[in-house]
Amino acid sequence: MRRVRRVGMLAAMGVALALLIAGCGGGSGSGDSGGGGGDSVKIVSDLPLQGANRAQTTTMVNSIKLALEERKGKAGDVTVEYESLDDATAQSGQWDEAKCAENAQSAAQDESIVGWIGPFNSGCAAVEIPILNKAGLGMISPANTYIGLTKPGGESDEPDKYYPTGERNYTRVIVADDKQGAAGAALMEEEGLQSVYILDDKETYGKGLADQFQKAAESAGIEVIGREGIDGSASNYRSLMNKIAQAQPDAIYFGGIIENNAAQILKDKVGAGMSNEDVAFIGPDGIFVDSLIEQAGDASEGIYVTFGGLPQSELSDKGKEFVKNYESKYDDSIQPYTAYAYEAANVMLDAIERAAEEAGGAPDRAAVLKEIKATKDYDGVLGTWSFDEDGDTSLTELSVQKVEGGKFKLDRVLDVKDLV
Amino acid sequence: MDSIKGSSWQSRLAVVLIAILLVALLIQAVANPGQFVSQLLIGITNGAIIALVALGYTLVYGIIELINFAHGDNFMIGSFVGLTLLAGFGIFAPISGDSGTFIKILGVLLALVVAMVVCGFVNVAIERIAYKPLRNSPRLAVLITAIGMSFILQNIGLVWKGPAQVPFPELISSANIFPGDAIIFRWKDLFVIAATIPLLLGLSYFIKNTKQGKAMRAVAQDKEAAAMVGINVNRTISITFLLGGILAGASGVMFGLFNGITVFNVGFTQGLYAFTAAVLGGIGNLTGAVVGGFLIGIIGSMADQYIGVRWTAIVIFGVLVLVLVFRPRGLLGDRSAVQGGGE
Repeated sequence: MRRVRRVGMLAAMGVALALLIAGCGGGSGSGDSGGGGGDSVKIVSDLPLQGANRAQTTTMVNSIKLALEERKGKAGDVTVEYESLDDATAQSGQWDEAKCAENAQSAAQDESIVGWIGPFNSGCAAVEIPILNKAGLGMISPANTYIGLTKPGGESDEPDKYYPTGERNYTRVIVADDKQGAAGAALMEEEGLQSVYILDDKETYGKGLADQFQKAAESAGIEVIGREGIDGSASNYRSLMNKIAQAQPDAIYFGGIIENNAAQILKDKVGAGMSNEDVAFIGPDGIFVDSLIEQAGDASEGIYVTFGGLPQSELSDKGKEFVKNYESKYDDSIQPYTAYAYEAANVMLDAIERAAEEAGGAPDRAAVLKEIKATKDYDGVLGTWSFDEDGDTSLTELSVQKVEGGKFKLDRVLDVKDLV
Repeated sequence: MDSIKGSSWQSRLAVVLIAILLVALLIQAVANPGQFVSQLLIGITNGAIIALVALGYTLVYGIIELINFAHGDNFMIGSFVGLTLLAGFGIFAPISGDSGTFIKILGVLLALVVAMVVCGFVNVAIERIAYKPLRNSPRLAVLITAIGMSFILQNIGLVWKGPAQVPFPELISSANIFPGDAIIFRWKDLFVIAATIPLLLGLSYFIKNTKQGKAMRAVAQDKEAAAMVGINVNRTISITFLLGGILAGASGVMFGLFNGITVFNVGFTQGLYAFTAAVLGGIGNLTGAVVGGFLIGIIGSMADQYIGVRWTAIVIFGVLVLVLVFRPRGLLGDRSAVQGGGE
């Protein structure tokens, strides 16, 4: 009997361990790199495929696959393999620092990998860039907007601390947060809102964006009544919202991502008597995903969300074609970043193609990186644009969405060319 | 009394610190009474939920000296059971804010009862499967098993409702009970208080006055002696886990209805605060867990208001450290209430 119990215990612990491992290691899928021979190279994407942003990130993976399929899996004469990495863990329900580092380390060691698309979260980029920088691997992020990754404006040692070799290897196709922060302030000015209470989620992206917004708001003459950093796993924010209600701001700005309880913030804001009509709520692209409306319900009605790019309806003709192709192939609806992942993939594939032509075979990392950085007057789904010397896009148009009738609707397009 | 007589400079320092804090709070209260009372009420309602979860930790610790890490996740299971019942399927689905009052009350009651039953049995099953076979093993083995159970439950929640936050139907009005907005006290808050008090009274009655409650106290004091006088120790331990699970289930549903959102890893944060509350009050001490829960709720909301949200967690755990420095066994001493004796 005793032995039976022991066995039972062991089995139970085994199951526990298995679940734990499954939970931690889900979808990292290494191996499978085969065919590293002559005329084949590999690219990877690194996105959080678990958590509230999953609906968004899976469409991004699809759009990268679509880009590759449209070229029949080739860039020029070189066969390109694609692997999707997941930088989220089940336990945290969002991106995880350790997982980001692990993915970057293993990619750095796999010589067949010549390009990296991602990551999604700026905090994750801060971990990955230095690792991939040493490995000389070119990165194109479709979604990181934190300013300090490429330009001064964040911490004092940024951005140099991310590039230990001194050579830049990181680019992004999305408009960065200096412009997004300015767009938030411009929106407030246009709406005649004169005071604001700023919240952030204490992460690289959220805090950095809130800083940029605060700077823009102050220089626009908007009164900043208060600034708080919230705990993304708190059960509710009622005391905070009660406190803010007493300060009577015209607007509340939240710098952060949906995983850090954005829906709860909205519910408690409205619950504390600050309806979205009386006190405007402005959030960034980090909460621009349909799950926010699902989670927050009525409390999301009437909020503003800025986005460092344009929604699908405002894309170029090429963009509209992409939307059509995507929708005929995949069932899920296009999310804000889907087109950006597609653009990043195409820039990457074009760079590989040019590098391959020059090398006359499979190109190495350095050649691909050189070609990525040389991307100029690129005519893609987002319009015609170039990378500047910091790896940022030359686009300056941002959009503001407003939730109406349970849906994000384009409210206005802001061009911040003159503001930053 | 001994502790006052033997008061050292440390105790005096503690008294001075507390006095300064209270005076500072009092000044704020006089300056803006409406705000102060609103925050106090928010703290009490948040504290009520923490207290209910903390009781589960303390009950189990009191009887087998195990910190049941799976308890917080059982609380999460409770909120998911309630959510499935209210929004998933069956006659109550989907109850929305527009349904009649009667069906809403019925729905809430049903969700509470079903979640209490499910969580009660989950807790008993965990004890039978994972803890009982290890009862005579080293303490550490059981502790690790408890952490393992916590992960298992978390993963069940993950598979069940996915990794993102899920909304709870808004069945209880968020309207303010008091006229005007000087003091905010919503129907939701009233619901939490109104559900917590009978649960606390019921638990207290059960432990103090029933035969089974006496048996629990006896087992907590000395398992072997209790067995000698004819108490069924195994059954008593099972009942303790059942009680803990019932409280977790009830508080899980209350949490969902109150906050309007739940997520698969909510048990970790809530469990952490509840565990802190239990230690703050003196682990194993039922009154202590309730006091600790309310204290943490109130300290949290006061820190949010007067110090800043950034610092709230630091303040709460700072208080815990201070309390443990001056009173290593918690505010009310450990294990006294369950065992029926003093410190």
